[in-house]
Amino acid sequence: MSDQVTAAAYAGPVLAADGTLLKDRLNKTMRRRKLIAAGLVLPLGAFVFITFMFPIILMLYRSVDNPVVHDNMPQTVAALEYWDGQGIPGEEAFAAMVADLVQARKSKEIGRVATRLNFEMSGVRSVLTGTARKAKNMKAPFKDALIAANDLWGERELWVTIKRMAKPFTASQYLAAVDMRFDIDNNMVMQDEDRQIYVTIFGRTLWISLLVSVMCLLLGYPVAYLLATLPLKYSNLLMIMVLLPFWTSLLVRTTSWIVLLQTNGVINDLMVWTGIISEEGRIQMIYNQMGTVIAMTHILLPFMVLPLYSVMKTIPPSYMRAALSLGANPVTSFVRVYAPQTVPGIGAGSLLVFILSIGYYITPALVGGRTGQMISNFIAFHMQKSLNWGLAAALGGILLVGVLFLYWAYSKIVGVDNMKLG
Amino acid sequence: MSKSLLLSTVAAAGILLAGAASAGNLTVVSWGGGYTKSQVEAYHKPWLAMGGKAINSEDYNGGLAEVKAQVESGKVVWDLVDVELSDAVRGCDEGLLLPIDKSILPAGDDGTPALKDFLPGTLTECGVASIVWTTIYAYDTTKFSGAKPTTMADFYDLKKFPGKRGLRKGAKSNLEMALMADGVAPADVYKMLGTNAGVERAFAKLDTIKGSTVWWEAGAQPPQMLADGEVLMTTAYNGRIFGAVATENKPFAIVWDAQVWDLDLWVIPKGAPNVADALKFVAFSTDTKRNAAQASWISYGPVRKSAAPLVGKHATAGIDMKPHMPTAPGNFKNALQNDFAFWADHADELNEKFNSWLAK
Repeated sequence: MSDQVTAAAYAGPVLAADGTLLKDRLNKTMRRRKLIAAGLVLPLGAFVFITFMFPIILMLYRSVDNPVVHDNMPQTVAALEYWDGQGIPGEEAFAAMVADLVQARKSKEIGRVATRLNFEMSGVRSVLTGTARKAKNMKAPFKDALIAANDLWGERELWVTIKRMAKPFTASQYLAAVDMRFDIDNNMVMQDEDRQIYVTIFGRTLWISLLVSVMCLLLGYPVAYLLATLPLKYSNLLMIMVLLPFWTSLLVRTTSWIVLLQTNGVINDLMVWTGIISEEGRIQMIYNQMGTVIAMTHILLPFMVLPLYSVMKTIPPSYMRAALSLGANPVTSFVRVYAPQTVPGIGAGSLLVFILSIGYYITPALVGGRTGQMISNFIAFHMQKSLNWGLAAALGGILLVGVLFLYWAYSKIVGVDNMKLG
Repeated sequence: MSKSLLLSTVAAAGILLAGAASAGNLTVVSWGGGYTKSQVEAYHKPWLAMGGKAINSEDYNGGLAEVKAQVESGKVVWDLVDVELSDAVRGCDEGLLLPIDKSILPAGDDGTPALKDFLPGTLTECGVASIVWTTIYAYDTTKFSGAKPTTMADFYDLKKFPGKRGLRKGAKSNLEMALMADGVAPADVYKMLGTNAGVERAFAKLDTIKGSTVWWEAGAQPPQMLADGEVLMTTAYNGRIFGAVATENKPFAIVWDAQVWDLDLWVIPKGAPNVADALKFVAFSTDTKRNAAQASWISYGPVRKSAAPLVGKHATAGIDMKPHMPTAPGNFKNALQNDFAFWADHADELNEKFNSWLAK
């Protein structure tokens, strides 16, 4: 009897009360728990996907999507497929173009085709819409008829552009976003100098973001230190002073800076009144890069202070006391004992401020003037004014890649684990 | 980066919600401020008084972006939008707007058929014009003791009139005004802007005041900048300056030389929820009486010939409105009409050049 029991205990599987395998029961329970947990996360996951991931995917798709010419000028696309791009194409391409123009005008798509081509070659819009109006009455030979309607139809550049835009996907928006373009032989070349802009703006965006991060660190570090070390009754008050602006609307804070900094504003008035500057020597502190940096530093400061504070709070004061009692002077003990322990806070705060700054829009739009505009302002320009959504998407795509790269570089150099967000 | 994207997603969600909330009302979208007020007084109130559908009045900042977003997503909530001529033509070409049958427009009060009563060029395939407006420059009279500026060249003369200038942030009308300040006759402006040399000449002229320029975007900004003393003179929409003078007693004066005039038109986005009522509103608001009445609230000119003689006094300030119309003979001497076809073709390139010039 006892032998049997021992044998069962060693050799046979363990059974639950109802006779099923205990291991299976355990697995089943665990699986159910996991499902419940997943079910609880599901709404959030779906929300993040629908409002965040999906638009980003859509944006990236739009930056290369190029359906307009391909879909609305099918005959021309087919006729140009085997054209070698030398000289001007033959009569069949012109005939196909006339047929497509007639069709596109009837379906009211001609404006979209003209708009798309006009982004690539300035002045094409009126040529297309104007020719489309006459196309219905054109007779063979169509080559002569089109060139008679507008000289541009005899230009190789127009046909090369149409052939290039005939592909359903294009990299031309990304080229435009880095100040480049295709030339007449489809080589990538730099954009004309008086049209180059985005590289400068990307550089400026990085520079302003860096400046704002450094300023926030310089201003935020002492504040966070005080918050962490002062007695509770003082630090609470200080905390409220940090948080109060944080709870105030972004717009209110930005417009307050306008009141303070403008040429006839409080600060300039005060400096004139005290005689520091003359009436004529009022300083331009807003509607330029300086205004953007000042306002953004103020607005983003809490994002630096809070992570720093949460790290500093966990550093026992006894470490500093130990360093001092072992003979280090205050500066050495701060530099070698205290500061290294705050690195996770510095990393988190800087990364947070930097990444928030890089996509900042409202503040530069309001106080940036001419030299304080950042890349988001140009994305907005192409969304709202020029309606070149493809270019806006390409600019956004580059910014996204840039942020991901910075995050990757940061995790390589500092390590993501070595970061404390709060 | 995802900030702008998030914003647009939130905006899209907002549009959906707004659509659900306001279905049933006629959504009329215009430029806000004194201009929308003039439309509320001259069009909306009499429209409601005669039993028209309730109106939901919204403001926007111009451009076709919202219309395009609504039409492409299939969730159109705007019934009627007040747009500039170039946008009316472009939106029509791109299939964003509904063609409007001009036979719905009533004849003028003097019996002239509508097609003859509207000034030439004020009716387009998808748009019906309501006003003539213009870009001028204005200054604060109290800031000048001696000579006052009278020509566009004076605006660019920093030696004669030292001080900050205000300009709209964009290529349109700035390039034209720069060329006219440089001595180009209005008739030659667009011919010249069609060439690289002409564009360079315009930017070279703008370069001379670039360092002393403050840039504005919304029409309400220039009068504010003048009032704050932020600028000595600024380009502006004439109605905004007039509004500040008539209703706030500001000491501003307008220089009409080298004005660049344009039209505002009613357009209907494709797929608008209340097309029938929108059409009725277009016909109602552009009849002779309403067209003249709106000019008694803001100094934008009527587009109907039959309305011009009916323009009277300002509704509250009692100022005679005729001399303040952009089209008044004294003001119209050296005027240039904004060439929508030119801008439809060249806006992409010239705005890029302008942005690049601005960033340097």
